[in-house]
Amino acid sequence: MKLAATAGGGLFLGFHWADSEASPLMEVLSETAVAEGNIGFNSFLSISTDGTITILSPNPELGQNIKTSFPMIVAEELDADWTKVKVLQASLDPTKFERQVTGGSGAVPHSWERLRKAGAAARHMLVEAASKRWNVAPASLTTENSIVTHAESGRKFTYGELATEAARVAVPAELKLKDKKDFKLIGKAVRNVDNLEMITGKPLYGLDFYREGMLFAMIQRPESFGKKLKSVDSAAAKAMPGIVDVVTFKNNVAVVGKSTWQVNKARKALKIEYEAEGAIESTADHDKLFKDLLTSTDASVVSVKRKDGDVDAAFKSAAKVITREYQCPFLSHAPLEPMNFFAHVRPDGVELVGPSQTPEAARNETAKLLGISPYTITVDMTRLGGGFGRRLKTDYVVEAAELSSIIKAPVKVIWTREDDLTGGSYRPAVRYRFDAALDASGNLIGYKLRGVGINAGNCTREDNFPSGAVDNLLIESIEHKSPITTGPWRAPITNFLAFAEQAFIDEVATASNKDPVKFRLDLLDKAKKTPVGAIKYDIDRMKAVIEMAAEKSGWGTKKGVAQGFSVYFSHRSYVSQVADVILKKGKPILQKIHVAADCGIVVNLSGANQQVRGGVVDGLGHAMFGQLTFKDGASEQKNFNSYRLIRMKEVPEIDVHFVNNGIDPTGLGEPALPPTGGAVANAIFKATGKRLYNQPFSKQDPMKGVNLGEKL
Amino acid sequence: MAQYNVQINGRDYSADVEADTPLLWVLRDHLGLVGTKYGCGIAQCGACTVHLNGNAVRSCTLPISAVGASKVTTIEGISANGEHPVQVAWNEVDVPQCGYCQAGQIMSACALLDKNPHPTVEQIETAMNGNICRCGTYHRVREAIVLASSKMK
Repeated sequence: MKLAATAGGGLFLGFHWADSEASPLMEVLSETAVAEGNIGFNSFLSISTDGTITILSPNPELGQNIKTSFPMIVAEELDADWTKVKVLQASLDPTKFERQVTGGSGAVPHSWERLRKAGAAARHMLVEAASKRWNVAPASLTTENSIVTHAESGRKFTYGELATEAARVAVPAELKLKDKKDFKLIGKAVRNVDNLEMITGKPLYGLDFYREGMLFAMIQRPESFGKKLKSVDSAAAKAMPGIVDVVTFKNNVAVVGKSTWQVNKARKALKIEYEAEGAIESTADHDKLFKDLLTSTDASVVSVKRKDGDVDAAFKSAAKVITREYQCPFLSHAPLEPMNFFAHVRPDGVELVGPSQTPEAARNETAKLLGISPYTITVDMTRLGGGFGRRLKTDYVVEAAELSSIIKAPVKVIWTREDDLTGGSYRPAVRYRFDAALDASGNLIGYKLRGVGINAGNCTREDNFPSGAVDNLLIESIEHKSPITTGPWRAPITNFLAFAEQAFIDEVATASNKDPVKFRLDLLDKAKKTPVGAIKYDIDRMKAVIEMAAEKSGWGTKKGVAQGFSVYFSHRSYVSQVADVILKKGKPILQKIHVAADCGIVVNLSGANQQVRGGVVDGLGHAMFGQLTFKDGASEQKNFNSYRLIRMKEVPEIDVHFVNNGIDPTGLGEPALPPTGGAVANAIFKATGKRLYNQPFSKQDPMKGVNLGEKL
Repeated sequence: MAQYNVQINGRDYSADVEADTPLLWVLRDHLGLVGTKYGCGIAQCGACTVHLNGNAVRSCTLPISAVGASKVTTIEGISANGEHPVQVAWNEVDVPQCGYCQAGQIMSACALLDKNPHPTVEQIETAMNGNICRCGTYHRVREAIVLASSKMK
């Protein structure tokens, strides 16, 4: 193992396939070894004398393509030759980087300006260096493709030739950033920088991390939520080949050994007894409590999130009242790479390596657990085989550190798929009730939403549309506390709330005999003209995506095609979708989903297109199939044979359009997911006359037995 | 424990493991061929797909004792430099998101195209239906296979 700090600082994780002849172990390489002769310009970038530009990507990469889009932003302002750019995943270093987090679709919005400045600063330094060498004014110099040119004399310097001198130039406090119309790289489709490694099977992920002398561990956690460990008989497991130890801590029984398969087998030989320590809940209990709490008049359990006007009066005067309920089950994140982490707790410090969306929190939690300073802990980030919010939790990191501290050895803790699906941190199950009051002309005069969530916190988003557009409105949230653990799941809360809201609005529009698109636009116009209370979404941006989706999908103009509409604002961005459904022998076929997305400036067209399509596939797949049910505190679905994920045959065509409005990026990792369920359900209604209220759709009429992927 | 000699990517390897050890874990833990991924362990997700005598199989449920003299090909044996037409197409179409399932997707695609160089969309979807992509790259996987097929002539 080679570790070294360099001018740029930090430690880099390079994956080096030592030799395919022997047993090639992944090594940690230093920055110097990866890019010899690097000259540091700032936290993000260094340039070597041969012209190689090394850009560090500080945020965890889980498929949102940050490792390509972050460096693109730096390279744009630097006027770098992209073919000479080498991207490295930075390790955790809060002294050099801010917000090394993947979550909330926030990375690009948060870092946009600082990344541009990092590139612009280095460009400034290179131009200054050239101006000194030639003794000409900096303003007479231009940059392009890693070359500084003095047009008047026709002289040129490459960035590599200038790097040594340029690195000594002082960075001015004020930096001129490019005019957005001059962007050359931003907005282009640029391929993923890790493509070659991924398609040739190079070690990249946490699970691929091996270290000489490292032990393997699996942990048996309580079989049910609400139970704790009572007794362990590990004699048989300990006697099995390759097993080094069986260690009990908290409610965990860890089997430690020399290979994954050996610990997996030995774990099955454990004899463990558990006992109840809290409520042991089942899905049937939740179904009942949802109904009780949705009608509860006990003010002490209800949290009022927003109240505008006088809802009681509005509902009393209403010509028509519509009441509907929507329910979703728990979901697992099920990233394809299960949880895992490497930890080595030594007397002088701790080494952590693996996939985390929040490496800083993982470090701090580990420090707290071990009672040591966080500065004695290093965290190296591997690529993440998906995350979807699961790896925002630090449980699987901290337990690896705890185990390593007990066994005093380097260890990689591996979760099986069964551990993943039964191990908690789920998308909470929620049930909503909506009430709408319409006057005699079909105007929406009153609106009520009450949500009951299991460990969901606030299961509403009280300031979302149509808040601000309705004179009398009440939004309430109720939380049931359960031993079943929950956590953020891609587009937390809105991943289901958006479906419920958009399906309900569609039903209200139908009841008032209005076109669903026009109904939404009219409400937005009303919100603009006579806003009610605070409006926390941008009315014009929302209208723009609605109009774009309607136009691109040929809304209302297609014969024989039933279309469903939906629009949603989440995580700063706006996405509208239209689903096209065709009936074949009375069965609905989902043919196409049209998407209009406004995430501000698109950084990487290829990655952005992936985020949108992937978000739609994710939204569709979980709306159709996703379901975890509980019996006696345990998830009944334990692997992909019963926990159904969407497959290739089932995805419709997805047509993606971006609004080009020049606004600074507002995020795209999540916003395309929430609108999908609503667009699909509304199209299914148009085609069949039947409404979907609960997820998964595949268990509700008219979607029972429907093969989504059937061709016309 | 016993010594197993297996032929992988045209080379002879040997591993001292228990008879029921799945090929997947022999590849990963014992031979350092970590391109083949663990996703479910029950042959449901396809992340562990390798070729056994040219056929796509799930290595997570294939015990090492059953491999015998069969020829195993893993993602590392397709082309280390990414020059196989399927890999080239994967890069051109820019398929991966998180990338974790992609080795398995590529192995299924290669096995399909070896047998049927010009599959219909329906044949592609049938061949690929055992490979889950949690990020939802299915459109590009399909597109890349069509492109690879055109490159294979």
